[in-house]
Amino acid sequence: MALSIIHRATGFALYFGTLLLAWWLIAAASGPTAYAHVHDFIGSLIGRLIVFGYTWALLHHLFSGIRHLVWDLGYGFKPNEREAMTWGALVAGISATVLLWIVAYMIGGGR
Amino acid sequence: MVEFALPKNSRITGGKVWPKPPGATEMREFKIYRWNPDDGKNPSVDTYYIDTHDCGPMVLDGLIWIKNHIDPTLTFRRSCREGVCGSCAMNIDGQNTLACTKSMHDVKDGAVKINPLPHQPVVKDLVPDLTNFYAQYASIEPWLKTTTPTPQREWRQSHEDREKLDGLYECILCACCSTSCPSYWWNSERFLGPAALLQATRWVTDSRDEATGERLDNLEDPFRLYRCHTIMNCAKACPKGLNPSEAIAELKLKMVERQV
Repeated sequence: MALSIIHRATGFALYFGTLLLAWWLIAAASGPTAYAHVHDFIGSLIGRLIVFGYTWALLHHLFSGIRHLVWDLGYGFKPNEREAMTWGALVAGISATVLLWIVAYMIGGGR
Repeated sequence: MVEFALPKNSRITGGKVWPKPPGATEMREFKIYRWNPDDGKNPSVDTYYIDTHDCGPMVLDGLIWIKNHIDPTLTFRRSCREGVCGSCAMNIDGQNTLACTKSMHDVKDGAVKINPLPHQPVVKDLVPDLTNFYAQYASIEPWLKTTTPTPQREWRQSHEDREKLDGLYECILCACCSTSCPSYWWNSERFLGPAALLQATRWVTDSRDEATGERLDNLEDPFRLYRCHTIMNCAKACPKGLNPSEAIAELKLKMVERQV
């Protein structure tokens, strides 16, 4: 049940993440000063934490969604399969998020 | 609707600690939900101590021991004492299960905590009102429906077709699954719940039944079937080891298959 709640919570959080993304795109289209403003916020410690959370919410929801897709196709209902997929989605979401950020920092150099 | 808190008159307040049995060397603590419709008070949790040397190993044995030796007013349903009738379904140590097949020694750490099945109206103490649950079972019309003339002898079924009913027919309607389901807690007046849907699958799957399309039509509803979000509490709770969530997934697949 806990992972079902997390799936829903991350799905809900994605609405706000999408707003953030829209804000960033609108700012990029509006001009350099607006973009710099958004960039400053996203680049701050709090901004980075929010974007990190958004990355995790997105990736967790993705992996958890694949799990639901498998169930909807009628597979993975045995207790061991169920537990493996559930914990697998959680671990995959966290690992992929950390990995993505490590790669991003390596390529971007923390900008 | 989603509810996270109990209504004011359902909140648990206080509770009596009953005296320990005299002369007992080994005891087990039981914390049991009590509510009496006649005294106008809120529910409470009473504490009892049972003499484990004088009592069987199952939680139901403990409840019967308490009723016989300490408090005859303690109210609960029980009948077969071997997991066949489904009467003694209750929430033990946070999990819906049958008191007769749950060993009190499997409850680790301290007291054996017993509550009635969650989110159902309580009749008294551990007895829930399952009227709605039974009505939903009746609504899926759990009997063989045919249009062809009745044969001289029995309706025949191959061994293979009979095997398809394994994992479906064994349900004892104890309501452990439905009352463990958050969707059912919050939409029980419209969502049929895992137990009724497992039985719906049982009749849709039956090779002898000739009302499959009609049965699926009846389930084609945003609430009746599709409030299931594969939370899987039902499969975890089932004391018979059945898997209602898998049965519901089968129903959803059949809904799609008949449109293709």
